[in-house]
Amino acid sequence: MPSNKSVSDAPITQFINCRILRDHHLQREDLWVREGRILDPEKLFFDEKGYADERVDCEGSIIAPGFIDVQINGGYGIDFSQPSNDVSSGISLVAQKILEHGVTSFCPTLVTSPPSVYHKVLPQVKVHGGGRHGAGVLGFHLEGPFISLEKKGAHPEQYLRTFSSGGKDDLMETYGGLDNVAMVTLAPELPNSQSAVRELCQRGITVSLGHSVANLSQAEEAVQAGASFITHLFNAMLPFHHRDPGIVGLLTSDQIPPGRMVYYGMIADGIHTNPAALRIAHRAHPSGLVLVTDAITAMGLPPGRHTLGQQVVEIQGLHAYVAGTTTLCGSIATMDMCVRHFKQASGCSVEEALEGASLHPAQLLGISHKKGNLDYGSDADLVLLDDALNVKATYISGEEVWRRGA
Amino acid sequence: MRLVILDDYAQSSEWAAKYICNRIIQFNPSEDRYFTLGLPTGSTPYGCYQKLIQYHRSGDLSFKYVKTFNMDEYVGLPRSHPQSYHSYMWNNFFKHIDINPANAHILDGNADDLEEECQKYEEKIQEAGGIQLFVGGIGPDGHIAFNEPGSSLVSRTRVKTLAKDTIMANARFFDNDLSKVPTMALTVGVGTVMDAKEVLILITGAHKALALSRAIEEGVNHMWTVSAFQQHPTTTFVCDEDATLELRVKTVKYFKGTRTPDTMRDTVECLLQIHKTHVDRLGELP
Repeated sequence: MPSNKSVSDAPITQFINCRILRDHHLQREDLWVREGRILDPEKLFFDEKGYADERVDCEGSIIAPGFIDVQINGGYGIDFSQPSNDVSSGISLVAQKILEHGVTSFCPTLVTSPPSVYHKVLPQVKVHGGGRHGAGVLGFHLEGPFISLEKKGAHPEQYLRTFSSGGKDDLMETYGGLDNVAMVTLAPELPNSQSAVRELCQRGITVSLGHSVANLSQAEEAVQAGASFITHLFNAMLPFHHRDPGIVGLLTSDQIPPGRMVYYGMIADGIHTNPAALRIAHRAHPSGLVLVTDAITAMGLPPGRHTLGQQVVEIQGLHAYVAGTTTLCGSIATMDMCVRHFKQASGCSVEEALEGASLHPAQLLGISHKKGNLDYGSDADLVLLDDALNVKATYISGEEVWRRGA
Repeated sequence: MRLVILDDYAQSSEWAAKYICNRIIQFNPSEDRYFTLGLPTGSTPYGCYQKLIQYHRSGDLSFKYVKTFNMDEYVGLPRSHPQSYHSYMWNNFFKHIDINPANAHILDGNADDLEEECQKYEEKIQEAGGIQLFVGGIGPDGHIAFNEPGSSLVSRTRVKTLAKDTIMANARFFDNDLSKVPTMALTVGVGTVMDAKEVLILITGAHKALALSRAIEEGVNHMWTVSAFQQHPTTTFVCDEDATLELRVKTVKYFKGTRTPDTMRDTVECLLQIHKTHVDRLGELP
């Protein structure tokens, strides 16, 4: 059929025979894509008199927005915190591998490291889009070094720091620069943290609270100064107490400034959080739940010893410990495993499980105008899943970048 | 006039869909010879559209060589508004079939010059060779399209102010807020529809019963604009039992073919003929 598409001659792909996640529901609708973005087919029909050039039969699959992992430390033998001359190839390798898990964008995470590492690693990797080469990099997640000694978890004690120069200067001195940084995790009880929180927020960097012994008021103050995330809820923070809920209390705090929301990361690998705790958090604040893998070097590798930051870890089954201890130091679950486990443990709907890995992280990072959903105009980063939420294929900007069995 | 009475909404929707489907297939449209179809919106034709989509999906019917002309559209309502007739047609019909978008015509209620838009629409119909089959519905006040009571029976496509009855009937689609309902519409005229080779009017539900009785048992009257079709050579009214509630028993019996033996034969055979040529192509009616 001849067409007089007036807006663009670029080819149009129509995904048929699928259920798409839109407006918080799985709907039997076709998904239209042009020039890497979701297209409004009604506008195409009436305004441009256009139609699809190519049809992709999804055979009844679910189409969800591509998953976004805001906390991943490495994988497949790569450790993002290990200083090297070629950080970007390590990140690229992981970026490509995680396409199999439905992840289309991520924040490579660096654990507490000496300034020399930040100065070396940060400039090497710029924020960039994904494609066949791998998932897109949204910017680094710097987890530390401004964290609490008591809650350091697997982070190396000798590199922890405080805001001794007032906050802003400490950031620049430690990290070297803040370009290509999407998120910073810090402990708000550290003196002068507020100034650091404000500085980061001003630069559009998401501030997360974690590895901290802050009480609820300190946490609330940090939120009022701009913090909007909690790093792996329950882990590396004071436990919930009914007279001082601590950071966990942010989930139901009434001190959150109007129009703002606190999100919280959950490692839903069945190990870091007891399913009952997962359910309590989810039921208390369902719209803030963000699934993260917190995956470490060993993710994707066989059992044994591997390096994480400046330390050595040991893999036993699905558990990863600091070698010689019983301290968990990260998980080896993949994002799609987390989505499935979260759904099964919380009893939530398919839509909620999928949004925890897509819409919510996008909202957290302030990029939901183009990622994390299938709204018209959003980037066509997609994951095709079967009913059990296993990944069948992954698309970035409308282009197939991974297919099971290919 | 032919009056085809089916048991219920589902049956009448199916009968109408089969009729339209068979008309298109018999016409055997092609690149040089398109089938032109006039189309309505609203709750009455919804079931018919569902059936047509089904026939398309099963491979029995293609709209590749069909041109459509909708009857009407609200003035001033954004095209993307869920209650616009563009939205209705896209969601309930066009997105499910293989029609070429360039051949799907709907009046533009947001055109800069509404009168010019109406004029152009009439010209487009002419250019397409006129309408083969115009499908329509009927309002509770007996209007066809938005040709409200008092509309000229020889009217053409134009801007119309909606009657209070119509606005009230539509309020349910606008959060029951009368202030949100559009007050004007572009509509094909009674004359425009009369120009079609054939007219098929769908009427279902008890609330349409009075309108149907005025339209076919009384005289031609501009207060019940559907009555104009009494003067069209080939009009078929398809309705369900409920829509016949205000008709005379005599009328209903005649069209159901249960009159005296000598006239019954003619009528029944006539209806059987219609059935055979136009409906049974796709199998028995339930």
